[in-house]
Amino acid sequence: MERLTFDLAAQPLRELNTFLHTGAKEGKVGHVSVLNPDGAHNIAVGLDCPIEVEVVGHAGYYAGGMNKTATVTITGSAGTGVAENMMSGKVHVKGFASNGAGASAHGGLLVIEGDAGLRCGISLKGGNIVVGGSVGSFSAFMAQAGRMVICGNAGDALGDSLYEAVLYVKGSVKSLGADAQYEPMTDEDIAAVASLLDQAGLDHDPKAFRRIASKRSLYHWNADANQEY
Amino acid sequence: METKPVQFKNLSREESYGYDRKTLDYIRNAAAHGLYEIRGMGAKRKLPNFDDLVFLGASMSRYPLEGYREKCITKTLLGTRFAKKPIELDIPITVAGMSFGALSANVKEALGLAATEMGTSTTTGDGGMTPEERRSSKILVYQCLPSRYGFNPDDVRKADAIEVVIGQGAKPGGGGMLLGQKVNPRVAKMRTLPEGVDQRSACRHPDWTGPDDLAIKIQELREITDWEKPIYVKVGATRTFNDVKLAVHSGADVVVVDGMQGGTAATQTCFIEHVGIPTLAAVRQAVDALEDLDMKGKVQLIVSGGIRTGADVAKALAMGADAVAIGQGVLVALGCNGETYFQNGGHHDAIADYNALGTSPGFCHHCHTGKCPVGITTQDAILEQRLSPAVGAKHLKNYLKTLNMELTTIARACGKQNVHHLEPEDLVALTIEAAAMAGVPLAGTNWIPGRGF
Repeated sequence: MERLTFDLAAQPLRELNTFLHTGAKEGKVGHVSVLNPDGAHNIAVGLDCPIEVEVVGHAGYYAGGMNKTATVTITGSAGTGVAENMMSGKVHVKGFASNGAGASAHGGLLVIEGDAGLRCGISLKGGNIVVGGSVGSFSAFMAQAGRMVICGNAGDALGDSLYEAVLYVKGSVKSLGADAQYEPMTDEDIAAVASLLDQAGLDHDPKAFRRIASKRSLYHWNADANQEY
Repeated sequence: METKPVQFKNLSREESYGYDRKTLDYIRNAAAHGLYEIRGMGAKRKLPNFDDLVFLGASMSRYPLEGYREKCITKTLLGTRFAKKPIELDIPITVAGMSFGALSANVKEALGLAATEMGTSTTTGDGGMTPEERRSSKILVYQCLPSRYGFNPDDVRKADAIEVVIGQGAKPGGGGMLLGQKVNPRVAKMRTLPEGVDQRSACRHPDWTGPDDLAIKIQELREITDWEKPIYVKVGATRTFNDVKLAVHSGADVVVVDGMQGGTAATQTCFIEHVGIPTLAAVRQAVDALEDLDMKGKVQLIVSGGIRTGADVAKALAMGADAVAIGQGVLVALGCNGETYFQNGGHHDAIADYNALGTSPGFCHHCHTGKCPVGITTQDAILEQRLSPAVGAKHLKNYLKTLNMELTTIARACGKQNVHHLEPEDLVALTIEAAAMAGVPLAGTNWIPGRGF
């Protein structure tokens, strides 16, 4: 497999993304290095083939957005909405991630080795997120499906208005959001955490995590109303 | 001598203006249930609207065109600012975004079939794109909503345009709603939700928070689609002048402004009736914003919310819209609020089913229940059979054709060879309110309230 390098100091982003959408699909190039990203937005968005992309440095908003099957690694930190609406594949941030990391991801794995900002995993729809550090407030807000593993601490209102997504936290939780509750860890939970930590390459004891899921008390409007709409 | 009190029949039964029977019902309902009313359709209250405007047809000072023979162009281009592949419509009348979930899959297919025959576009809704609507629609606009239910890059690539929905006229500032009765297995799967939950969509997008962020989000959608597809931004009408300017700043190709008469399948009544501004007021503000930025004709404007007739379309265009979008009118054309439905080659009475909902044809706003007596706003396996795609498409095509004929009739009467040549100067208002909102003179005067004499 060939390796290609794009230098964003010399080449426009448009050229990189066009190649990743068209040329990359021919399957000859297996690895693309992106040099001098310098916080550019929308790097490697909308990928649709199993290519490896390494962003050497910091990425701006929506890096790896809507990813399908590709593996995108960011050696620095990532801006808002990294791996937003990912369908499959993997996005790995070695540094920190800003707000809305993994927002509405339907599938795939997002790994953030450092901390994540506000609303990490908001509207999660089946993707998995592993955060090596801590997450900000309102993380997993309205998360519908998928799992989040948080190795550090969580801010306020964790898991507010959760649907069927499940959260695992090792550190402290400043507060749970509406309708979120702690639940006992089953063997299945421990195995799931162990597997996700393994995929993320992070070393923690899976038994040290607590499980948070939905009370399901917001699923229906108001039981007293007898559903008389 | 005993005297009887004099009975003043009307005085002793005088209805209070503030506490009329409707308000009494409202208070009793609130007291009984402890839950606000949720319903479908748009604002029911009397609002200034396009009926308050009339055209100044050609006469001595203007030269009309022959109504049936002379050409009157209706072709409409949308998305010419940045998109490599702008949308080209044969008529400036489009089908507004309505979700599969709110509507049955049959209805979505009917919309596509009719729009395709008329050379215009349909729009997806909250919950994603169904294969039926993609297949049946030649031109399909794919909505990117705060909930992102069913949103995925494959459908982004399949779409002809993308509409980033900030809000809708029936509920600017609120997210969608789909009550449990309509969250059947297929709808639940598309939206990644448990079956039967009362689904409440997010009111804010998950991955951006303001116009500067939106500019980057739009750029992401452009990068993903290699700058081919037009990007629309849809706002519910409130601070329309500023919102349209911010949408343009964010890089929209097309701005969609939805006034408060715009419909919904399920929203709190207090929201429908008390939040947002009338479409008439919003169009003027939107056009002012585009003119202020010197973007008129560069960024196109689609207006929706209470567009019912060809005259409404003509007035919206004259005020400066490039196209309109219709939701409720389209559903009525399919049979919404009709007394019968057409199935197996014959008409069937639906009145008993309306009565079961506590309503009658002509008053029904029970889209939220999923028990649509004519099979339109339902996910029920039996009810949805009451509207077949072919029959629905035939009626909708007729409706759109009628609107277009009315539009061109008015345009020709005003001496225009192209419906887009209609202009504010062709309009006057019948009420002071409409004159002030639309920014056209009160009929018979030169007076536009707020602009001096």
